[in-house]
Amino acid sequence: MRVYLDNNATTIVDPHVFAAMEPFFVQKYGNPNSLHQFASDTHKPLKEAMQKIYAGIGASNEDSVVVTSCATESNNWVFKSIYFEYIVTGRKNHIIVSEVEHPSIIASAKFLETLGCKVTYLPINHEGIVEADTVRDFITDKTALVSIMWVNNETGAIFPIEEIAQICAEKGVLFHTDAVQAIGKLPVDVSTVPIDYLTISAHKFHGPKGVGALYMRKNKELTPLFHGGAQMGGFRSGTLNVAGIVGMGKAIEAAIDGLDFEISEVRELRDRLEDALLDLPDTFVVTPREKRVANTILVSFRGIEGEAMLWDLNRAGIGASTGSACASEDLESNPVMEAIGADADLAHTAIRFSLSRYTTSEEIDYVIDVVKEAVVRLRGISSSYAYAPEGHSDGLDVKSH
Amino acid sequence: MGIDSLIGGTIWDEYSQKVTELMNNPKNMGEITTKQAEAMGAKLIVADFGAESCGDAVRLYWAVDTKSDMIIDAKFKSFGCGTAIASSDTMAELCKGKTVDEAVKITNIDVEKAMRDTPDVPAVPPQKMHCSVMAYDVIKKAAAQYKGVDIESFEEETIVCECARVTLSTLREVIRLNDLTTVEQITDYTKAGAFCKSCIRPGGHEEKDIYLVDLLAEYEKEKMAQTADAASEGNIDFAQMTIVQRLKLVEKAIDENIRQMLIMDGGNVEILDIKENGAYFDIYIRYLGACSGCASSSTGTLFAIESILREKVDQNIRVIPL
Repeated sequence: MRVYLDNNATTIVDPHVFAAMEPFFVQKYGNPNSLHQFASDTHKPLKEAMQKIYAGIGASNEDSVVVTSCATESNNWVFKSIYFEYIVTGRKNHIIVSEVEHPSIIASAKFLETLGCKVTYLPINHEGIVEADTVRDFITDKTALVSIMWVNNETGAIFPIEEIAQICAEKGVLFHTDAVQAIGKLPVDVSTVPIDYLTISAHKFHGPKGVGALYMRKNKELTPLFHGGAQMGGFRSGTLNVAGIVGMGKAIEAAIDGLDFEISEVRELRDRLEDALLDLPDTFVVTPREKRVANTILVSFRGIEGEAMLWDLNRAGIGASTGSACASEDLESNPVMEAIGADADLAHTAIRFSLSRYTTSEEIDYVIDVVKEAVVRLRGISSSYAYAPEGHSDGLDVKSH
Repeated sequence: MGIDSLIGGTIWDEYSQKVTELMNNPKNMGEITTKQAEAMGAKLIVADFGAESCGDAVRLYWAVDTKSDMIIDAKFKSFGCGTAIASSDTMAELCKGKTVDEAVKITNIDVEKAMRDTPDVPAVPPQKMHCSVMAYDVIKKAAAQYKGVDIESFEEETIVCECARVTLSTLREVIRLNDLTTVEQITDYTKAGAFCKSCIRPGGHEEKDIYLVDLLAEYEKEKMAQTADAASEGNIDFAQMTIVQRLKLVEKAIDENIRQMLIMDGGNVEILDIKENGAYFDIYIRYLGACSGCASSSTGTLFAIESILREKVDQNIRVIPL
């Protein structure tokens, strides 16, 4: 059996999305901005897809939702344009982010620091959540931008974006949110929350890889990163990825339609898995369930190094993740575990299971069985569960069997 | 940059079959109790290395025959990834049947080589090499415990790169002999820094006392000091000097040959800048006191300054008063 529980890293493409994209490779391939019928073939579906994307996040037609190549591009765009417009001109000198943002935010912020911009990295509380009041405390009259993710990719923790956006609006500071993990998991509506910029990525909600978007509120448009043939209203030049845009349109529509299913059926499966994991001795979950999206569990198995657990899961055909999946080659401890101040012994023991609307009940039963076996085997090997003779006190603390 | 670096690795696919098998079924995993050791007529040694908070920890059990110092049995327990478990298992296997003194000579490289499927293909990808270091360190800890000595007594030399076992003295020597200036060059010459990369600069997987970048900085400083000495003795070309060295040398020539003259006339001169201008060095000066406004300052005095600097410092100097 093969079970995919790494949906916060990327997702399977919805077969309906794939079917919607298929005509735009061999049959309909015209550049939608050209002047011939090949262009017309693609222009109408392109427009419909854009309308679905606008509707998916509640954007008005006066706002701009610019399709990009990925969330990383969207996030970089915000930071680098803010630098060009506010920092280098000396108008402002400060940006606020949380310490658990996606690497595309953290690395962009670190880069701007090398150019003289000041950056505040807001802490998360013991539940893994950024508190809105901390944002208020750090805003100064030199703050150009606040960028806080809507949902944390590791824990699934939902951050108080409505409140934070309100605070930024009151203080007159631009607000960006990386909503990559929020689409299809909770209602995202920029018509009711004063967000200036919002990042999404199609492959996180069963759309194709290589397609993201940046929402920019009316009159808050950013300097382009890509100059060229003035596609996307001049905000992002480059021949339009018609198939990708059609795919994202279809995918976001399906994600919004599936919201009820997500918060009922997916949640039920997740909770069943989580209950079973917590029934095992010495296991811990970060962030209370009611403060998380419905599909995610970040769980620690004391005494088992995360990669060793992934090994045993993988042997049984199960895909999960330790740290942020894109960084799992780096072998470092989980940044969220460090940030919440978890017991240092637990920093390397976190495993993330992230479900999707394609996860089945049988799969969850199977995963529970495999995890139980793996925990017994790996704790059998583990030095933290090992016997130490009398008077042997140096080195590790001996945990009870 | 090659394709592998561009698309990144899937580290597990680079494990040897042996590593995979040992991770799935470690042979020497387990414990030796005091009673079991006694039954073998042996002394029980239990040594720990690493900590869970660092991501790797290993506990090594030895049953040692005190008459022959022979390790009769070895077992391990490990908190770590697949490589850590497989290399701990291999390390325990290599210990068996050796005397304690022989066991101390087992290095992490021996452990890694023992896990290879074919002699010239590494058992683990570079970034996993550090997981085998722990296996090596724990042996020394066990041996120190057995002999009742300090663990440092087994380490004759400071090791900077643990993965490739490159010592501080080797690195210092290679850097100087080959005039190395980059980390990549050090890695090419010594393999240091090729694996887990912790030894390159602070912020890696493990904290070190000294990093490769420190060694490069140390050598760079040494070279600077040498050129500075050479410059002050006039043994180096003006064109090769740093801006500070050039300023110093010009100041020195003016001090020794010109300044006294000017001061006697109630004036002085200051050097503002030295700029390379094609083949020339343009030295910008400003007259002070009585010199400023003196008719000779743009004729006789200027020619005198210029010819002295050309003679004492460099043929291609032009002096430009502001």
